[in-house]
Amino acid sequence: MSQFTISGSPHVHGEESVKKIMYTVVLALVPAILVSTYFFGIDAVRVLLIAVISCLFFEWVIQKYLIKGPVTITDGSAVVAGLLLAFNVPANLPWWILVIGALVTIGIGKMSFGGLGKNPFNPALVGRVFMLISFPVQMTSWPVPKPLFAAGLTDAITGPTALGLLKEGLDAGKSVEQILADPSMPAYLDRLTGNMSGSLGEMSAIALIIGGLFMVWRKVIDWQVPFSIILTVFVFAGIFHLIDPTFYIDPTFHLFTGGLMLGAIYMATDMVSSPMNISGKWVYGIGIGLITIIIRMWGAYPEGISFAILIMNAFVPLINNSFKPKRFGLVANKK
Amino acid sequence: MIALKTFKKGGVHPEENKISAHAPIQKLPFPKQAIVPLGQNLGAPSKPLVKRGDEVKTGQLIAKAEGFIAANLHSPFTGKVLKVDDAIDSSGYRRPAIYIDVQEDEKWEEGIDTSEAVVREIKADKQTIIDQIKQCGIVGLGGATFPTHVKLMIPDGKKAEYLIINGVECEPYLTSDHRLMLEKGEEMLIGIKILMKALEVEKAIVGIENNKPDAINHLTELAKQYVGISIQPLKVKYPQGGEKQLIKATVNREVPSGKLPIEVGCVVSNVGTAVAVYEAVQKNKPLIERVVTVTGKAVKKPSNFMVRVGTPVQMLIDAAEGLPENTGKIINGGPMMGKAITSLEVPIVKGSSGILLMKNEESKRGIPQTCIRCSKCTVACPMGLEPFLLAKMAKLSLYERAESEKIMDCIECGSCQFTCPSNLPLLDFLRLGKNKVGQLIRSRK
Repeated sequence: MSQFTISGSPHVHGEESVKKIMYTVVLALVPAILVSTYFFGIDAVRVLLIAVISCLFFEWVIQKYLIKGPVTITDGSAVVAGLLLAFNVPANLPWWILVIGALVTIGIGKMSFGGLGKNPFNPALVGRVFMLISFPVQMTSWPVPKPLFAAGLTDAITGPTALGLLKEGLDAGKSVEQILADPSMPAYLDRLTGNMSGSLGEMSAIALIIGGLFMVWRKVIDWQVPFSIILTVFVFAGIFHLIDPTFYIDPTFHLFTGGLMLGAIYMATDMVSSPMNISGKWVYGIGIGLITIIIRMWGAYPEGISFAILIMNAFVPLINNSFKPKRFGLVANKK
Repeated sequence: MIALKTFKKGGVHPEENKISAHAPIQKLPFPKQAIVPLGQNLGAPSKPLVKRGDEVKTGQLIAKAEGFIAANLHSPFTGKVLKVDDAIDSSGYRRPAIYIDVQEDEKWEEGIDTSEAVVREIKADKQTIIDQIKQCGIVGLGGATFPTHVKLMIPDGKKAEYLIINGVECEPYLTSDHRLMLEKGEEMLIGIKILMKALEVEKAIVGIENNKPDAINHLTELAKQYVGISIQPLKVKYPQGGEKQLIKATVNREVPSGKLPIEVGCVVSNVGTAVAVYEAVQKNKPLIERVVTVTGKAVKKPSNFMVRVGTPVQMLIDAAEGLPENTGKIINGGPMMGKAITSLEVPIVKGSSGILLMKNEESKRGIPQTCIRCSKCTVACPMGLEPFLLAKMAKLSLYERAESEKIMDCIECGSCQFTCPSNLPLLDFLRLGKNKVGQLIRSRK
């Protein structure tokens, strides 16, 4: 017997690991966490902690007592799921709804398919949509942000989101101009920085984009998915805005309100539930962009990105099968 | 600054670790006993011409090429044949080899020029060159050990346009080609000229990664004397030494799937092979020695040695001041494509480019986790394949599907496994799949 290790090549391994990827995502979420803590104070911390701890707890319980396999809660994937779940709910959501959401996220969204790597749908979105349908009142009563150290306002004030205002206004027969003039509609700059009502993580487009660029640089996500979603929304909404500006709001409004940035940068790019190849990523991103705008413009809900991502998640196996990487040596050579 | 040329698709950049780059090539003392495996080339093993008790001289033909893809084998030492018997080679299998008891004072076979003088004038014509290369048992020294004379016989209807010389040495750690380019640059260029004459090509390109600026400068200076040879610096990227990648990087042509480089008018050869060709044609010297790097993070004296074929690995390690205590793995070749060897008795063969000693902690693979579908393997694959999918198909015995997904295009460079965050043994499964699909294809004939 040889005293040396015998194994096939390669004998060296790169720097990447699942843990590193997951904690890179956590790191990328830090700017958005800080922004939401600034606007919602202790409520934000409460929601984030409940979601993360519940997700870790349910993953541990399921792995240890139901699957009776190895417990892998330290790999960071449950932390990411918890953070993203928290980002998708209002800051004043009752704790028990959040715990149920975490159970659905981890239990139905992830573990019932076999755990990390096996889930066809983004687990946090499964949890979010479950809560939205089961607890529509609590899930859509948005607290008005109260910046830290700002005096005056009490905690209890709630208000509609910008997208909600738009939908209500249009349904009531108002024009876009009238809706934008409404005093409760957040101003342009507030929409950019996140000083408006909404879910915890969809506040500041700037904070989300910073995190997104960090993930692209660290090669945790590819830029194609967020870019194609944002571009599609912009172009599609832009075309309708040009046709009828009194009924269709300008496309930048769509980009910086609701969960578009959060969805495009953090939810749609989930490695497990998104396509594997670059051409497929474009198809997937364009699909999400289109469905989002269709729901926002003509659907029953003011916001559509969650549904759009879940619908396109379901197409991923088909996309992977049809959109392959370009093989080396299969192109005609030009002499 | 102009961006350096490289191949476009896939690739990775492992830590280079060229720690032996400044160690000049040293001659290694002779072993007491040499084991010369008969299967040192791609294709059929050579047929032995000697038997127990025969006296052999250095450079004497001891085994003959049999078959089309085959190569002659010459005695690397002077001495007596102990036996022709099986010996463990770098593949881990026992295979036939000629054991030679080496004697100290060396007698060369007649007609071999052993002087150091450089012979510049190329007198031989095309056919003589090919015959001489065949006679001297020259094989590709980059690692694939494909018989060189076969490569020079261009099939009817095809025409070579470029000779591409591989001085890339994209494997981390290895420096044998690097040292050879620095120390035998002139011989190499004459060897390239000889190959150009045999192939009837006007242009030769030597591709060198720009982590070897001294070699690039040295050869660029020398090449001014040689019409038609250009030195092409390349960006550092693994696996640029793969012939399809090198052709893409230097002349921007893609060898079609399943075809040879001649399909796009290219013939690729290694820098070491060019030097061997020079020695065969100008000096009548058969291929019996080569440069081998001995390296590793714990090795006391990382070195480059001129080693006779048949020398046991143990002697090279001794010359590099011994086996480090915590050695966990010994690799014949580089860390990306080399083979782990089982014993220190394994002999150096024509295809050995380096001996890499890895520390115990470096030698263990990470624990495999589930695939998180990150697609890093697909991005890293230089052939545009989907390694995660092919590995899964191999695992599930879906060989027909693996074939249609082009598993046979895999060059086994290991970039997929290198980059996998879940530590999956992708290449293990790809090799298994290739083996089975290969059987399937052969069974249809």
